[in-house]
Amino acid sequence: MCLGILGKIVSITTNGLAAVDFDGIKREVSLMLCPEAQIGDYVLVHVGFAIRRLEPEDAQETLRLFREIEESYREEKPGAG
Amino acid sequence: MKERRISLAHGAGGKLSHDLVQELFLPYLGSAPLQALDDSAVIPFETGQLAFTTDAYVVKPLFFPGGDIGRLAVCGTVNDLAMVGAQPLGLSCSFILEEGLLIADLERVLASMQTAGQEAGVQVVAGDTKVVEHGAVEGLFITTAGIGQIPPGVAIGSARTVPGDVIIVSGPLGDHEIAVLLARGEFSLQGEVKSDCAPLNKLVATMLAASSTIHCLRDPTRGGMATVLWEIAHASGVGVVVEEEEIPIRGEVRAVCDLLGFDPYYLANEGRLIAFVPEGAARTILQAMQQHPLGKGAKLIGRAVADHPGTVLLHTTLGGHRILEPLSGVQFPRIC
Amino acid sequence: MRKNPGQAEARLAPLLLKEITGFAGLFDQPLRLMEVCGTHTVAIFRSGIQSLLPNAIELLSGPGCPVCVTPTAEIDQAIALARQKNVILATFGDLMRVPGSSSSLQQEWGEGSAIRVILSPLDALQLAAERPDHFVCLFAVGFETTSPTIATAVMEAGSQGLTNFYLLSSQRLIPPAIRALLANGMAQIDGFILPGHVSVIIGEAPYRFIAEEFGIPGVITGFEPLEILEGIYMLLKQKKEGRAAIEIQYRRAVAVEGNERARAIMAEVFAPVDANWRGLGMIPASGLALREAFSYLDAAQHFALPYVEQGDAPGCLCGAVLQGIRRPPECPLFGTQCTPEEPIGACMVSTEGSCAAYYKYGGRP
Repeated sequence: MCLGILGKIVSITTNGLAAVDFDGIKREVSLMLCPEAQIGDYVLVHVGFAIRRLEPEDAQETLRLFREIEESYREEKPGAG
Repeated sequence: MKERRISLAHGAGGKLSHDLVQELFLPYLGSAPLQALDDSAVIPFETGQLAFTTDAYVVKPLFFPGGDIGRLAVCGTVNDLAMVGAQPLGLSCSFILEEGLLIADLERVLASMQTAGQEAGVQVVAGDTKVVEHGAVEGLFITTAGIGQIPPGVAIGSARTVPGDVIIVSGPLGDHEIAVLLARGEFSLQGEVKSDCAPLNKLVATMLAASSTIHCLRDPTRGGMATVLWEIAHASGVGVVVEEEEIPIRGEVRAVCDLLGFDPYYLANEGRLIAFVPEGAARTILQAMQQHPLGKGAKLIGRAVADHPGTVLLHTTLGGHRILEPLSGVQFPRIC
Repeated sequence: MRKNPGQAEARLAPLLLKEITGFAGLFDQPLRLMEVCGTHTVAIFRSGIQSLLPNAIELLSGPGCPVCVTPTAEIDQAIALARQKNVILATFGDLMRVPGSSSSLQQEWGEGSAIRVILSPLDALQLAAERPDHFVCLFAVGFETTSPTIATAVMEAGSQGLTNFYLLSSQRLIPPAIRALLANGMAQIDGFILPGHVSVIIGEAPYRFIAEEFGIPGVITGFEPLEILEGIYMLLKQKKEGRAAIEIQYRRAVAVEGNERARAIMAEVFAPVDANWRGLGMIPASGLALREAFSYLDAAQHFALPYVEQGDAPGCLCGAVLQGIRRPPECPLFGTQCTPEEPIGACMVSTEGSCAAYYKYGGRP
């Protein structure tokens, strides 16, 4: 449910707050629900809280999974690719 | 002026009012008619068509990246005239000042209005000032009126587009509204977005010089692009189709929209225009726009069609479509 | 982090749609897929997916619209709070235009009540710290995505020693609502597009009953257009193969186990309680209330707010729409008496409500 936006952690303050960059816009985000997140990590943010840390390749590219579909589609229908 | 703040006495009509006009307003806005300090400006005029508009400016905060209430007042009024093809002949500005307003702030606004006027090639020829007690307005409100002259042979209006016309936007959308929102600091978002606030009359003159066959011009202020397209579709009885992939929106503006759940097609702009032009003239007009500083980012974004009159369709990047309705109510930030 | 979708979408969308159309064509009846989550409803319409899917697939909007399922009585409670002197009501913007029995928060705001739209529960805490002369009441409406953040704010209020911060909890849980929908047997649902961000918190396990007890597949899906298409593709693949399982399309964000820490914080602060859902009635253990240790923050108790249940307006089909039994245009009030400017039911008010989304984006011209 609800809006979750991907951002990149640019700095972390003492009390579990981080400055997160969203394509040039910055906001303070709480890491209370994602304490393992580090500077440079991508996080999914909902109402000012990081709720999930993403692997960098997942943040940049949604479509690894789609490539798998595309591959499997080509496999099922040889010559269609 | 030795006072630091506006007081009720400045609005009383006596010596202090006179001093305020002489020492603060005239140095910035002093056109010949204004210097005469008569009750009305007298402007030479040829026969033809006059454009006449009025508007009010109540923006908060008064100053924001890329502009301020004064610049907004001049540009907004000039743009209303420009959207019917008129070059401005003169503006009137009525100022409502809050008691306690810093004179330095007022001076900053007036200097900005002077600059904007110079960019547009127009002067303020009539003015008025009132002072109200502390709290009755927030800082400063400005009401304007503008008169302009429409060149012969130019007939531009929302009801004038026909199927086949091409739609051009002069640059990226949403900068103004997002700049003001960030300046208000309400949602603790930080970013470098500047208002696009600018006078468009010279860009329009350039476009008309390229081809006088422009059918519609609108600046997408409150309600944004979607509302303007809908209004034109309705007024002209045409359908409108725009391509999502072609509509220019800056990354930072998109990011703020994502964070707040806003739809960028409904954001206010104060220095952009949308034009409906005949297909045959589109290339020429687009190129002329792209040579002008205020049209560098101009793009073709869609066309008017005979199908689905009154309905605006957005072809999505996925290849499907959605209907763009006019803005209903105010966009509140969403979390869901 | 907006990737450039253009090329990938152009390449992959037709492939996915082709597969989806192929699978759907194997069935005699249209396949009815329910998007539980209101954010999915908006994403689907905005991306134009609705216009691309074959008629053999029907999308239903489910009850995962917190604004739609919040009973009028709870909006009235928020309004009652906002009207009190020395109270500032902090609310998410989504709630501003929801009609209560006689007013709305937006209307109250226009009439001078102190209402602050916030983006985060932490903003409400900050407001409380800045305004010790006022009571700051957070109107907490949301599902499992939001509840851990509310819980954190509650705990923070305690550690900051704030004495002027209160909570009006109107939170709900998704799996019990899905169970209630299926248990009453009225809606024919062939598959669920499950909420991506709720699942970031709760993981996969709470949905397993859908497949295991009711034999219906569910796919936890993201919100980008291609992700939604892939989610639909995965559902149809299961149907074609005669399977029913819970799968995760949104693998980059959803772990099978969810976010355990977030759930732990939620459990520390809140306990499940029976809750009233607009359109669905009372569902056991489907809401959240403050536990004893935190009940001193309960706004409803502290301010002795009455709870007065109202029925839906005559003719309003919000309940049936929420359950997926009816589509918006079937409501006699849709588009006539009930419009986004003058909404009668909450399904029209919320930007994500089925009716508003349908009105604004829906249909083929």
